Amino acid sequence: MTSAPPSHSPLDVEGLTILLEERFRAGLSVLKEAPGLVIRVLDLSLLPVVSRFLFWEAGGSFGGLIVEERLREWTLQYLFLLQNIGWVDVVVRAPLYQKTIPSIVAELHAADWYEREAEDLFDIDFEGHPRLGDFILHDETWQEHIAPMRKAFDANALNFERKPNEKWRPKLVVEDPGSFAMPVGPVYEGGLGEPIHFLLETVGEDVIREVPRLFYNYRAVEKIAEGKAVCDVLLLAERFSAKSAFAHSLAFCQAIENAAGAEVPWRARRLRVVLAELERLRHHAGAIQGICQSTALSVSEAHAAIIEEQLLRASAAFTGHRYLFGLNTPGGLRRDFEETACRDLLRAIDSADSQLRILEERLRYSSSFLDRLEDVGAISPENARDLDLVGPVARASGVSRDLRKACPYATYSEYRFDAPCEQEGDGYARLRVLFAEARESARLVHQAVDSLEPGDSSIPVEATASTVGFGWTEAPIGAAMHGVRLDSEGRVERYRILTPSFRNWLGFHVAVEDFAFQDFPIILATFGLSATECDR
Amino acid sequence: MSFWFWNGVRRGIPSTRYPAVPETASGVTPGRPVATMFASAEEAARAAANCPVGAITARDREAVIDLETCIHCQRCRFGNPSTVHWANDFEWTRWPAAKKGFEPLPASFTRSLHIMVVDAGDCGACLHEIKQLNNPFYNIHRLGMFFTATPRTADVLLVVGPVSENMREPLLKTYDAMPQPKRVVAVGACAISGGVFGRTFASAGGVGMVLPVDLEIPGNPPPPLAILHGLLVVTSRKEVLTEGGTSLI
Repeated sequence: MTSAPPSHSPLDVEGLTILLEERFRAGLSVLKEAPGLVIRVLDLSLLPVVSRFLFWEAGGSFGGLIVEERLREWTLQYLFLLQNIGWVDVVVRAPLYQKTIPSIVAELHAADWYEREAEDLFDIDFEGHPRLGDFILHDETWQEHIAPMRKAFDANALNFERKPNEKWRPKLVVEDPGSFAMPVGPVYEGGLGEPIHFLLETVGEDVIREVPRLFYNYRAVEKIAEGKAVCDVLLLAERFSAKSAFAHSLAFCQAIENAAGAEVPWRARRLRVVLAELERLRHHAGAIQGICQSTALSVSEAHAAIIEEQLLRASAAFTGHRYLFGLNTPGGLRRDFEETACRDLLRAIDSADSQLRILEERLRYSSSFLDRLEDVGAISPENARDLDLVGPVARASGVSRDLRKACPYATYSEYRFDAPCEQEGDGYARLRVLFAEARESARLVHQAVDSLEPGDSSIPVEATASTVGFGWTEAPIGAAMHGVRLDSEGRVERYRILTPSFRNWLGFHVAVEDFAFQDFPIILATFGLSATECDR
Repeated sequence: MSFWFWNGVRRGIPSTRYPAVPETASGVTPGRPVATMFASAEEAARAAANCPVGAITARDREAVIDLETCIHCQRCRFGNPSTVHWANDFEWTRWPAAKKGFEPLPASFTRSLHIMVVDAGDCGACLHEIKQLNNPFYNIHRLGMFFTATPRTADVLLVVGPVSENMREPLLKTYDAMPQPKRVVAVGACAISGGVFGRTFASAGGVGMVLPVDLEIPGNPPPPLAILHGLLVVTSRKEVLTEGGTSLI
């Protein structure tokens, strides 16, 4: 794709409004609405151009696509995040009988999977998208055009009949004589890997192309949330992906709080930072353990595993749950923590922090380890920007984007911390980013605990009927966004989860192309993605 | 690079001595709610109503816990007046309610048990806790237990998750590929009853809907030691201690 470089002087709200109106005239209307701007695209054919403008010319990042079936029409929201402006919603409406929406994927590669997902779950055809069908609902298990996210579809109908396509075979791309595809998964590593199917296309030693096939864990979380009370959906929000349970439940609670316009007490906000950073630290220790394991450096793997288990135990001792379930609630936290408990937690975090520093130092002097990471699975800054990757993977490729800094929530704006960034984009850069972020997390927990003041740890927040809420967090893997629409009885009408893993899996194939077989597990580990977070 | 060797030696052995010695370190288990006697029947009913998954039933003044449906949301533990007691144990393994007992694997498996895991729609917590069994704290190799890469050599199948439709086929294929004798263990609330995902078009609502289940390990997620206890029960090195939330001993 050729494009103008992102502009270096970020636009403000007025500048963007004027520019949009000049350029697209009557094709769209711009409204100011908290927490940003809403652009209603009236002329559907303008959608790709507007997306291209916001992403490439205004230098925005893509948040995701939220599709809703409401009042006999489709509402498609394309989320963008622009510096200085905040969230920009590009909204498209179309009558339900209209099944075709122009695809923006040619202008914005990051939208690829979102359109495929909407096609599979809503049966909307995205005109111009090169490969629709067989995505979340695997063709060898389900027939086409089921559209489970449509309102008419009953998720609990037990007589649902599946008609698998027996003839389905994966599409192979490499056509050299002697080429073959090596299948891995969905049950591999003795089942200890998350269910993903990799098809490694090769002519011998090198992987030429790899297509991950995900969504084995599709449990239709967004569908079964519909019609449930907010406190029941909260259970789903923290249980669809346990490795970042706190980040996701926090994003959901913030969405409900934003919908109700509630002011969360300061003590709860600061405690949320403590818990979110504890989760990040534990996640990164686990990710580092995975990388050590993939390179078969057993002693370092054991050291990292010890750190991770110590943090899991510290989490359980502090909160009662090893994975921080059952803490968030709309309006704050379900429980308060005593000063002594916080000090115990700090001791555990300091110990983990110093052990991680020692581990990093030792790994830096292990040449056989570095040989397997350096220049492996590299993603160039251009690719990272093109696919709009998020989280540590993007930051290792020089794309510094962190919602804690870009759109601070809780009390992140109070604290001093860095969003570590590397330029090389290879496996080693990703490992360094993980270590550096773990250090910053430990720093943040200290600052947050020190800033704690006595006060309430929660206020009652009633789910306000007929409102829309949007919440976001920087989960350990990257930006997570939750959108909630509540119906007239205060129940959830539409729940949308935009996860970082969904975004980064799209970029995974770039890293594995043209690499030797033995590098594959290492690249997989350095990406540190979660299949279940992606699948929902 | 020899420093790795010296570091490993210097770090010493952190492994738990369970099952020979009870493990009491803080944070090894999240605990579990246990039957609680309240001052009045109303209070017990309030505690039951407060549970989002109906794992608490009020029997007069007593609140009885059905651990199999409990999802460890801690709502009965914090933040409401009708607090239920929580025990800090982890030996939770039991046989499914529909069965009368459990037939352990023969004695020849006692020191060589090969484990296959299938993630069938899990959130990652139960799977992660199973993975923790390999870390130095639990180190199941010392007990003659091994994760195996192929179902052909597996003796026990640990299934996590409510069995998503997309994983039903791979799960059945894995089970069929295992030789006899074999045992199936459902790990976690989702694998037992579907958990928060329930029974829908995309989720089978528990492993029992798809395969014959021999043992259940409740918890959301069960901590590594609870899973280890289940594996010891498979080879009759430990006994099933609880049934329906009440202790058998």
